[in-house]
Amino acid sequence: MNRPIRYLAIACLVMFVALLINVNYVQFVEADSLNAKNGNKRVINEEFSRDRGAILVGGEPIAESVASKDEYSYQRTYNEPELYAPLTGYFSYIYGRSALENSQNRVLSGSDNRLFVNRVVDLLANKQPKGGSVELTIDPLAQKTAKDGLEALGDDTKGSVVALDPETGEILAMVTQPSYDPNDLASHDFGAVQKSWNTLNADKNQPMLNRATQQILPPGSTFKLVTAAAALENGLEPDDGVKGGTRLTFPGMSYALVNENGASCGDKLTFERALNISCNVSFGSIADDLGQEKLAEQAAKFGFGTDPLDGIAADASRFATADSELSVDKLAQSGIGQFEVAATPLQMAMVAAGIANDGDVMKPYLVRTVRSPNLRVLEQTQPERLSQAMSPANASKLRQMMVSTVQSGTATSARIPGVEVGGKTGTAQSTPDRPPYAWFVSYGEKDGKQVAVAVVVESSDTSRDEIAGGRLAGPIARSVMEAVLGS
Amino acid sequence: MSTPTLMPRKRRGAEFMLTILAVLIGIAAYCAVGLGTKGSIPGGVFKLAAALVVVAVATTLLVRRVAPYADPVLLPLVICLNGLGLAMIYRLDIGRQQIDPERAAFANSQLLWTGVGVVAFAAILLLIRDHRRLQVLTYTFGLAAIALLILPLLPGIGRTLNGARIWINLGPFSFQPGEAAKVCLAIFFAGYLVVKRDALALAGRRVLGIDLPRGRDLGPILAGWLVSVGILVFQRDLGSSLLFFGLFVVMLYVATERPGWLIVGAGLFVGGAWFSYNAFGHVRVRFDAWLDPFSDPDRNGQVINGLFGLAHGGVLGRGLGQGSPQLTPYSFSDFITASMGEELGLTGLMAILLIYGLIVERGLRIALTCRDAFGKLLAAGLAFSFALQVFVVVGGVTRLIPLTGLTTPFMAQGGSSVVMNWAIIGLLLRISDQTRRPAPEVSTYDRDEPTQVVKTA
Repeated sequence: MNRPIRYLAIACLVMFVALLINVNYVQFVEADSLNAKNGNKRVINEEFSRDRGAILVGGEPIAESVASKDEYSYQRTYNEPELYAPLTGYFSYIYGRSALENSQNRVLSGSDNRLFVNRVVDLLANKQPKGGSVELTIDPLAQKTAKDGLEALGDDTKGSVVALDPETGEILAMVTQPSYDPNDLASHDFGAVQKSWNTLNADKNQPMLNRATQQILPPGSTFKLVTAAAALENGLEPDDGVKGGTRLTFPGMSYALVNENGASCGDKLTFERALNISCNVSFGSIADDLGQEKLAEQAAKFGFGTDPLDGIAADASRFATADSELSVDKLAQSGIGQFEVAATPLQMAMVAAGIANDGDVMKPYLVRTVRSPNLRVLEQTQPERLSQAMSPANASKLRQMMVSTVQSGTATSARIPGVEVGGKTGTAQSTPDRPPYAWFVSYGEKDGKQVAVAVVVESSDTSRDEIAGGRLAGPIARSVMEAVLGS
Repeated sequence: MSTPTLMPRKRRGAEFMLTILAVLIGIAAYCAVGLGTKGSIPGGVFKLAAALVVVAVATTLLVRRVAPYADPVLLPLVICLNGLGLAMIYRLDIGRQQIDPERAAFANSQLLWTGVGVVAFAAILLLIRDHRRLQVLTYTFGLAAIALLILPLLPGIGRTLNGARIWINLGPFSFQPGEAAKVCLAIFFAGYLVVKRDALALAGRRVLGIDLPRGRDLGPILAGWLVSVGILVFQRDLGSSLLFFGLFVVMLYVATERPGWLIVGAGLFVGGAWFSYNAFGHVRVRFDAWLDPFSDPDRNGQVINGLFGLAHGGVLGRGLGQGSPQLTPYSFSDFITASMGEELGLTGLMAILLIYGLIVERGLRIALTCRDAFGKLLAAGLAFSFALQVFVVVGGVTRLIPLTGLTTPFMAQGGSSVVMNWAIIGLLLRISDQTRRPAPEVSTYDRDEPTQVVKTA
């Protein structure tokens, strides 16, 4: 009977070798993908119990982990939660992560490869691994000023503000209103978290929406900056005469493009004056002269059609929906920022920034430095040019046109003594029963330091005729520029 | 002119040293659990240390006394596994009661059952001085096995737990008679096959170079198969069904040395598997959960959780008391392998698998060297059923094969399992003692004269 027993021994050997190979497969080969699976409570628990790194603005933490006495050891805490919620996002046991908490998770949680040495040292010292920190480009004063400005318009106001450094693309302010408190979602009281989540999602004002990057709205007259840039690039000069009058008619159509309030721009006016008074007739006709292709190309050079921002959910702005052939009337409407044109405030700030930076559009970014737990710099974001939207000479001409708009046009509310300010208002219709959107896009320059701002106010308690971009959004843009430029 | 007889070394000293090592591993694991969960060495460590030392001393002394030639490696291996299991069950008590303080603690009862197991081990070594005497009771054990298998089906004492009717209640205790039935069946098969093997082996016809048994000899294997299917149908216990059938077929093969039985057995297995896949919902569920557990995370939560635990443990493990094995349902019994893998890592789990492998290897070695057919068959059967059980339960937890409910020997919480596994080790040591014991001295005489002298008082 020994031969079968020997075969049996071989069979047992095969079974045990199979078991050994299989546990190697599960615990070594497949481990990473299993750890990354949804609903893996062990990984969630571990991240939740870690000393997660801070998100810093101006050296102060806006999100940090504080020791807590419960089973998770650390409580994620947001200082000035509503002000920074669209940037930090939330860090929730039940609902996961969003915004920077999500995109910078590997650094914050300490699992980034660049933190490997730290992890080994912690392991040897028998310490819990710590996460690295992330420092933002935000100017805290500008951020606060922007938020105060929106809040001053009333509780019901929806809107957002974006401020950029045109030279580098650093985001100096990004505010959305209404906002929410991510502390409510990071709480360890999961019942309360669930309740807050349901309340926030049921809110028709969508407090968790980042209006600065996620909501595309018709930019209205602020889009005339793009149309103007295209015209300058195609040889039109600021002093050239353009079509004026009350109406822009189209052959064979009863529809006519009119000015705001049906007023006349005057029969003879220059290109610069047309921008100053935001003449729809002039810009409709300029758009038709340029044609769809050139306009779309100019918009794309400013960043339309791309998701320009890493790390935060952002929607691409658009000039027209894909493959749409615009008829002359629609093209004229598009030239003044109506019809299918839709842009995020971030995109319109990039337009102003590109003009201010001699035609070079810089890629916007939020994270200035990434640091290890011992504050060693792991990564410093380098400014990166996205595209050249226009020539420096034409950019200079357009800047002059924007400055005169602030000096003696629709955008006088943004004037700052001692600072070169150029701006453009916008009032975009959506539907007759809703108040229009008030836009303001501007740049400011003082002693070589620049800032570009876009403000949008979607609806407010203020009456309809007061919503014109200049009056509502202009003062906010001005105070943000003042905060950045220090005047 | 007496030839020098080969005196096998008893190696009891080696056994003693290995046992000290095994006890130290158990105590260290228990301390690590306390340090990992509470930051201090648990107060109960003295109780456990004392218990382990008593177990170690009592068993080694007993073996030294009543089975001096027994295999010296089996006992330390088993004490090591038992100690690790106790530490892990204690650790899971802490973890599970963190989730819900109402949950039952198992560490103390498991310690008690270990004691009972050692008593069973001692009883076998003391009462059965020669394993061949079990052969006399072949049919008694056969009847006992059937009785034990039927017990859970009886109304009043049978109990259904998690869909399987494999438990009986006796007063405050619940017991899984299947574990005892396994040992009884192994003895029955061994005794039966020793007698019938010639008939089963010699008659038959040759097809494609393989000797197939005669139709009329198929009776026993069909009976074994029917018993297994019966367990599956009436008790819904996939694991035991597979184990009993595998045990029977393999013992039949060892007894007859005819691979034809393996082919017949494999055919019956495939048929049974196909039949149960189509006939029983719970079998289909297990099979689908094996193919793609993530297709239905709610239903396959246990398997998925076990895999998550193993992955989280990684190569080096979280350390005892520092993982979250309590998140897996039945982390202390069916899924204790996953708990071990999570906290001790791939490294620790491979070490545990090697210990199991060594136990099987020692068992098969005893079978090889055993001098009588009954002992050979019994040792081979016990060793193989041990291997098959480890393969089925560990393979199921680690998704090598579909999950079936079997206990992990010596580690999983559960009284019947611990007691019967200690009994199996007792039997193996008894056979091994017989095997390695030097042959009784036979006197040879030069002359036959003195034999003719009849002395009268």
